[in-house]
Amino acid sequence: MYSHNGDNFFVVDGHLHFWDASPANWVSGQEQYAKGWIECFHAYMGLGPEETHWPIEKFQKYSEDDFVKDVFEDGHVDVGIFQSTYLKEWYSEGFNTLEKNAELVEKYPDRLIANGRWDPREGEAGLRQLEEDAKRYNLQGVKLYTAEWYQGSRGWSLKSPESQRFLEKCQELGIKNIHVHKGPTIWPLDKDAFDVSDVDYVATNFPELNFIVEHVGLPRIEDFCFMATQEPNVYAGLAVVIGGLMHARPRFFAKVMGELLFWVGEDKMLWASDYAIWEPRWQVEGFVDWTSPEDVEFSDYPRLTTDGKKKILGLNAAKLYGIDVPEEFQISDEAGEPAAREDAQLVDSA
Amino acid sequence: MNTRARVLEALSKVHDPELDEPITSLGFVTSCEVSPDSEVEIVLRLPTPQCAPNFAYLMAADARNAVRRLPEVGRIEVRLEDHYTGEEINAAIARGDGFAAAFPGETDDDQLDTLRELFQRKALVARQARLCKALLADGLTPEQVTERRVADLRDDADARRCLELRGQLGIGCDPDSPAFVAPNGEPVAAHELTLWLRKARLVRTSLDVNGSICRSLLQIRSRRGAELEKVGT
Repeated sequence: MYSHNGDNFFVVDGHLHFWDASPANWVSGQEQYAKGWIECFHAYMGLGPEETHWPIEKFQKYSEDDFVKDVFEDGHVDVGIFQSTYLKEWYSEGFNTLEKNAELVEKYPDRLIANGRWDPREGEAGLRQLEEDAKRYNLQGVKLYTAEWYQGSRGWSLKSPESQRFLEKCQELGIKNIHVHKGPTIWPLDKDAFDVSDVDYVATNFPELNFIVEHVGLPRIEDFCFMATQEPNVYAGLAVVIGGLMHARPRFFAKVMGELLFWVGEDKMLWASDYAIWEPRWQVEGFVDWTSPEDVEFSDYPRLTTDGKKKILGLNAAKLYGIDVPEEFQISDEAGEPAAREDAQLVDSA
Repeated sequence: MNTRARVLEALSKVHDPELDEPITSLGFVTSCEVSPDSEVEIVLRLPTPQCAPNFAYLMAADARNAVRRLPEVGRIEVRLEDHYTGEEINAAIARGDGFAAAFPGETDDDQLDTLRELFQRKALVARQARLCKALLADGLTPEQVTERRVADLRDDADARRCLELRGQLGIGCDPDSPAFVAPNGEPVAAHELTLWLRKARLVRTSLDVNGSICRSLLQIRSRRGAELEKVGT
């Protein structure tokens, strides 16, 4: 929780990691990819305030103590949601697997939630694994990487028939929250990793599932926004938006926030630190302090109030994950800024 | 102007297809050498080793084609450095091959053309938004703005780039054609202008934000590279 000027914020971090990217975990023959991946993440850390930068050695592998201090003690986070990321082609034990995340969840059961994953290319075995994981870890959500490499394939689409089977399985198992990575840093080749049209397709076909688009489709925010206006079950995952822009490029940050508030709306935006890429503390405190610049360029974006910040920092995610939020953090008025509903077909890929 | 200056000038016409900015002003051209017998060696470095191979290929191939148009230039080598698929892309460019040949069995050139066209349309929308906003700021009404013809456009960098993009997309740009068009080339009507501008502004924001992240990451990369070199000496 974070208290500031008499306001109490219940903080849910929608996307964090506890990874091991140290050289001991690199797959032999794949070292350049394992090294490149973590170095690329480390470059992103450079977009945060200088006093929060870590040396690469710590960044490759940080301790449980670091995690607890950065996230719970200093970072104001009440509940954190692990997005498991396997990358076993490059990391022998995985980058941050559900098993490893679950160990921490066991120690802090009220503070952490671990999401699972699936990959339609794993077929029947994948479906069975998903079922086992769901039962064993009581999964409420999964994180999907459509651009992940697998046995020579460099990506997949949610539109594929195999994906439909996995989504049906999710529905059956009560896994309601589907986080989809649509953002920077993964190799798009023939499959365009940033293309959000596959989310559009499944959001329509699976209205009972929630689709959280992580990194808001960066670098294609516009495609994401035009899609999200039309799909009531599509949410904006703000990992990278706050961490990558608020400090490094404050005016661009204000514009992106303005656009998201206009097109998507404050009820469907979820903050996430993307720890350990960035520590939560400066993000939470900075965001609570943040106001949009006054000049005319920003004048017709919706204003974000303290209540709006409360929703984005935790209340929206708490709803999706059924997290009990004590009364003192609730907001009295439920009225939110409605998102634009115009027919938003600007740039047709046809 | 010597050959190197002309090569750099040619490179300044090559745009990052995703950001719609010249690769020279983005800082992607890290070295450009011209030998006494006019052989050219160009090195490109992108903000991260994981920058999308499809866009990386387009920039490298466009750079080579732009320089090849200079009659005085001999052999040209374009090299993408510190990129995961650099080897494949460099080899394909050197052979004069397309993107598909760089990654056999993994993609085809049609997809690359579609992607390029999609981004040309986005770039056109975003550039037009800037021109349009300036006119509205000058006090023109939406009707007056949408009645503008190509001949009415001021001769500035944004307008020139718009016409270049229209040419590439096969959207008419004779002096009497409408100055502002939807991505499909249809003229924009006055009553649609507000929403059209809202959408266009979002596309503009997206391009600008990506450009700024790319610049930041490239700076961090160069700084770390310099630090490592210093440590090494």
